Amino acid sequence: MPEISMSGLRRSLAAAAVVAGAIWALPIHAQTDAEKEIERYRAMISDPMANPGFLGVDRGEALWSEKRGKNNVSLETCDLGEGPGKLEGAYAKLPRYFKDADKVMDLEQRLLWCMEKIQALDTAPIIARKFGNDARTSDMEDLVVFIANKSNGMKIQPQLAHPKEQESAAIGREIFFRRAGQFDFSCATCHAEPGKRIRLQGLPDLSVPGKQAQETMGSWPTYRVSQSQVRTMQHRLYDCFRQQRWPALDYAADGATAIHLFLNIQAASGEITVPSIKR
Amino acid sequence: MKKTIIIAALAFAVSSGAAFAQQPQLPQVAPEKVTEAVRATFSKAPAEWRQRVELDETQRICTDKRNQVSAQEAEAIQKRESQNVVFPKDGNLLGDWKKGFQVANVGTGGQFSDKPGGRVGGNCYACHEMAPSEVSYGTLGPSLKGYGKLKEYSQEAMREAWRKIYNSQAVFACSNMPRFGSKKILSEEQMKDVMAYLFSKDSPVNKE
Repeated sequence: MPEISMSGLRRSLAAAAVVAGAIWALPIHAQTDAEKEIERYRAMISDPMANPGFLGVDRGEALWSEKRGKNNVSLETCDLGEGPGKLEGAYAKLPRYFKDADKVMDLEQRLLWCMEKIQALDTAPIIARKFGNDARTSDMEDLVVFIANKSNGMKIQPQLAHPKEQESAAIGREIFFRRAGQFDFSCATCHAEPGKRIRLQGLPDLSVPGKQAQETMGSWPTYRVSQSQVRTMQHRLYDCFRQQRWPALDYAADGATAIHLFLNIQAASGEITVPSIKR
Repeated sequence: MKKTIIIAALAFAVSSGAAFAQQPQLPQVAPEKVTEAVRATFSKAPAEWRQRVELDETQRICTDKRNQVSAQEAEAIQKRESQNVVFPKDGNLLGDWKKGFQVANVGTGGQFSDKPGGRVGGNCYACHEMAPSEVSYGTLGPSLKGYGKLKEYSQEAMREAWRKIYNSQAVFACSNMPRFGSKKILSEEQMKDVMAYLFSKDSPVNKE
């Protein structure tokens, strides 16, 4: 019985996600009806009981306080930028520069750092299941969605005071516009004009600061109905590069962090509402 | 003159600053540094794949100029890329439009997730409207609805279309479209089939 209602839920979620995804592609006169649909969709995803992504939030909460690794301690003293163990608002300011590591890190990189330094946890098996599937969940996706959820209602605040943050963002911008691979595609090939779509899927313009970038970056991590998994920006970028005909993106690479920071600049002041639900 | 430029720059700063107040100025990064960062970001891929993040001459200038090249640069790109366009030896540009639909419709090929020997398509529908009967089309490229008919099925238009498909950069510098022939994405036969999909009088592309 629960399985039946779950698949029904997935179908209706998928339909709502498709409607929301296609909004940018609609002509202006159609937007009033579409906006009503969006409102309905927003109301639905704000209900933790209707969004399976919140199961990941719960698992992430348990993982955060679970004693693991050679040191048999939890992650609760991990400093995500706002002070040891402070989760509220941490995601809103990530990626950022960390003095102890002397580099700019996104949430995934920082979590791996804390696992290694604080817990003395072997991260190889964790990275081996970086992306969850039907057979197993991903600790990383669960932890990220749990922590990101603690920034709900807050605004994206890209950190650029440190020279390494500025350099990272600039590299992110350059990667965004880099045309490469067998197909000559860059991120900008699909994401540099408003109102465009691929097949029927609306494409946000991320080449300029604005509402589309805010809505995009403010809605990751998300529960992806087509994959039945919580996905983070890390997976979004991995999948974009795959379709871009580039090689497989290294997990928790500095380049991914750089793109994330650049996109957060485009999305500055956008409100975080996660996990969202997408197609 | 100088004064006008300064005033214009100020006006631009004010108008663009109105909507998003703290748009920061990011530093310039040397191209070598970016290349180094890109290599480090795809370091675990097989060597043959890692090679794909390196830029050829055309990719380099289109990247650096954000596709906005000068007339002179555009001419140089088109001249260079034209040398890579190969016309079929048998002189026949049109294959089977039914197979051409498959080429236009299939979106796999060239991704690291694709199975070896799997189907490879041109994925034209991802970006172009083609047959009026197919409503699931993208809008990144121009509509090609009724293309052959609009071009009056002329030989000249067919040769021009072959060039665009084989190497879009030979016709439009920094075009967003892949160089399907030069980059060995599609076979000559597949490109002929797509050509037939565009130019055959029986093709749904040319039916109302």
